[in-house]
Amino acid sequence: MGAATTTVPRAQPHHPDPNENYLKAERGIMSWLVTLDHKRIGIMYLISVILAFAVGGAFALGVRLELFSRGRTIMDADQYNRAFTLHGVVMVFLFIIPSIPAALGNFILPIQLGAKDVAFPRLNLMSYYIYVFGACFALYSMVNGAVDTGWTFYTPYSMRTASSVIPMVLGAFIMGFSSILTGVNFLVTVHKLRAPGQTWTKLPLFIWGLYSTSIIQVLATPVLAITLLLLCLERFLGLGIFDPKLGGDPVLFQHFFWFYSHPAVYIMIVPGMAVVNEIIATFTRRAIVGYMFVAMSSLALALLGFLVWGHHLFVSGMSEYATMVFSGLTFLVAIPSGVKVFNWVATLYKGSIRLESPMLYALSFIFLFTIGGLTGLFLGMLAIDVHLHDTYFVVAHFHYVMVGGTVMGFVGGLHYWWPKMTGKLYSEGMAKVAWFLVFIGFNVTFIAQFIMGSRGMPRRYYDYLPEFEIFHKVSTIGSWILGAGFLTMLAMFIISLKSGAKSTRNPWGSAALEWQTPTPPPLANFIKVPTITRGPYDYHLATEEELSEQ
Amino acid sequence: MVSPDNFQLPEQLSTGAAEVDDLYMFVYWFSLIFTAIIVAVMIYCIVKFRRRPGVKAEPVGHNLVMELVWTFGPVVFIAILFHLGFKVYVHNAVAQEGAMEIRARGRQWLWEFQYPNGSTATNELKLPVGKPVKFIISSDDVLHSFYVPGARLKRDAVPGMYTNITFTPTKLGPMQVFCAEYCGTSHSGMLAMIEVMTPEAFQKFLDEGDKPPAGTSPEEYGATLYKKNACNTCHSVDGSKMPGPTWKGLWGKQEQMADGSTVQVDENYVKESILKPQAKIAAGFTTTQMPPFTLKDPQIDAIIAYMKTLK
Repeated sequence: MGAATTTVPRAQPHHPDPNENYLKAERGIMSWLVTLDHKRIGIMYLISVILAFAVGGAFALGVRLELFSRGRTIMDADQYNRAFTLHGVVMVFLFIIPSIPAALGNFILPIQLGAKDVAFPRLNLMSYYIYVFGACFALYSMVNGAVDTGWTFYTPYSMRTASSVIPMVLGAFIMGFSSILTGVNFLVTVHKLRAPGQTWTKLPLFIWGLYSTSIIQVLATPVLAITLLLLCLERFLGLGIFDPKLGGDPVLFQHFFWFYSHPAVYIMIVPGMAVVNEIIATFTRRAIVGYMFVAMSSLALALLGFLVWGHHLFVSGMSEYATMVFSGLTFLVAIPSGVKVFNWVATLYKGSIRLESPMLYALSFIFLFTIGGLTGLFLGMLAIDVHLHDTYFVVAHFHYVMVGGTVMGFVGGLHYWWPKMTGKLYSEGMAKVAWFLVFIGFNVTFIAQFIMGSRGMPRRYYDYLPEFEIFHKVSTIGSWILGAGFLTMLAMFIISLKSGAKSTRNPWGSAALEWQTPTPPPLANFIKVPTITRGPYDYHLATEEELSEQ
Repeated sequence: MVSPDNFQLPEQLSTGAAEVDDLYMFVYWFSLIFTAIIVAVMIYCIVKFRRRPGVKAEPVGHNLVMELVWTFGPVVFIAILFHLGFKVYVHNAVAQEGAMEIRARGRQWLWEFQYPNGSTATNELKLPVGKPVKFIISSDDVLHSFYVPGARLKRDAVPGMYTNITFTPTKLGPMQVFCAEYCGTSHSGMLAMIEVMTPEAFQKFLDEGDKPPAGTSPEEYGATLYKKNACNTCHSVDGSKMPGPTWKGLWGKQEQMADGSTVQVDENYVKESILKPQAKIAAGFTTTQMPPFTLKDPQIDAIIAYMKTLK
């Protein structure tokens, strides 16, 4: 017998067609769960953060409903303390930090660079599962007694409370790694995978924003990780770092915590600003005025963000000299913020403006962020901060930045890129109704909070004095309008998925690169590797065909 | 028409409040005008430059001077804001010579005050009008924050260290005190009241001490003590669940203890539980530790009399 000469046909690895629409290139649930495609990972993040937003929003509505009238309305004090804590934890760690970078960024960033994918696709998938793993810890804590410390976990209360602190803290710790890995991935991608001709001065401002954000994610998040780990060790082993009973210092925890969490504010807001650049350019058909100043202002925010954490500690017993230094540094943040607002408004001048739903959100962003920023001046001024600190004024201020800013940016970006991501159009009329409800509801909710705050209403209060009742009532009614707005938006997107008309390649007539590839994009993002010859906003250099909405 | 000053800010009850309010209103009007200008320009552009067929956007030129002006121009303004904020802050932070020192101790969930003569009070402090006072603030357990909106001042009560605030009350009548740093279940119940009185009335109070108002029954006195000593932040009187056992139906009951024994709720048990709360702990109430209270016998008797009425 001679040696067998028949060759067994080796199983050919399945290679999906790179030119096929990314939604159709592969089928089945597993093709999503283990995908390395940045677009699909972006969509999985998107679904996750929207779920988190719904959960966090439900807690917010519960908190507002409880405060509708004095005394007990729907829950007792312990349940209320858990509700506002979970609202904060879910919104910060599960929703807002991953929202724009990990969901929209994952989808759009490589396409805007002209790349096939991010630099490390496997790391990208891993960072998603780390996020899910961390979210499981948070969920475990929620069903197991939850947390009543506030999202800040201030010691020594977080040492002593009987609630489920350790699983929640571990959840935040784990999700931090997801954030770091996404940051690393984006930094490398921007440096190494730009298409031919995609120079730094031609980068879309969305990329500049995410690049700056990634720097913060990589540099600041480890500090949070260390802090949270020390907190766990202290609770487990009685280490004595933060608890004065064991010889620790509770103010040290605040320094550590805000050394991350203040830069984290820029992890939240800079991507929102980044989205607004793209929307304004597209809906004015014009480049952003002062491109390089706007790009550098993102980097400036990222760097200044590291120097101002002490303004969270103005009344904590920190030395007067330290408060002076931090107050001075805090005011510097006004400069890059102002640069952005001035340049956006200047871009409108002599543009060709169309008020479609993404643009409504971008303009709302400018208005609400201006209020959020200016109310920051009150809080940066030491004498006024001493009065306003830990009141509803602060609550309203950061909601104007985080919701009026980041959420408007996120939602605006979602509307803007929705046709590209899903291939479907949505009902513009319904989108405008949702925008109107969100805009009105948001302002009613939080303007009432500014006033009660400056009148002295402390935050995190289960019950309040009669003189504050009218403001709480107005604020709660506002929260219902806001909730109705988001529900309308959700319904609109679901209808779009089920029966939306097919989107053209470039429904907004944008000059940006991501609109030049088919809708939805092919698996490899582009049929052939693009060569970049003009900036993303150079409408005067773009061809008729590129700008065609058909 | 309510003037904006009064609408946005609480009544000014101290010497420093007016300065803070002036700064607040300065920044407020600046912000309002700035926002109005931004919105006006936006609306003008939206209307004037709305998309029209055949009209293209003007390509963006580069105007370095304009960019530099709005990048570095605001520096002057924020330097002024910083300076004003710090100046008033420091001014409000330095105690006047001869200020009366009052100790303020935060505890879950009450404020304990100590006068210079050593006498103490819970959640209720009397101060003479027009005399500077310096609060030396501390905490016995977790973080709290001593917040007096009428004086525009607050400072955290940090376990393990002393902090302070100082002001001079200018108006007879009540001044509200809040706890402004989240401290657990009854955070929102951690309220105290400062009663500002004439120097003569204050001196009389210091000489005579706190007595039940004439003509009140022991039960009524007990009910006021229940609130004044912040018993209400942990013990309900209607049976609802709070960090401590409810007082409703407590009197005369056989109470189950955490160590398994049972105790008859009588005069001795109540007295011991007020003076030495950790001696006997009721079953199911081990998570929150009640601090000891220094009450005199007539006050304890009044509380017992009140408790007896809560059937």
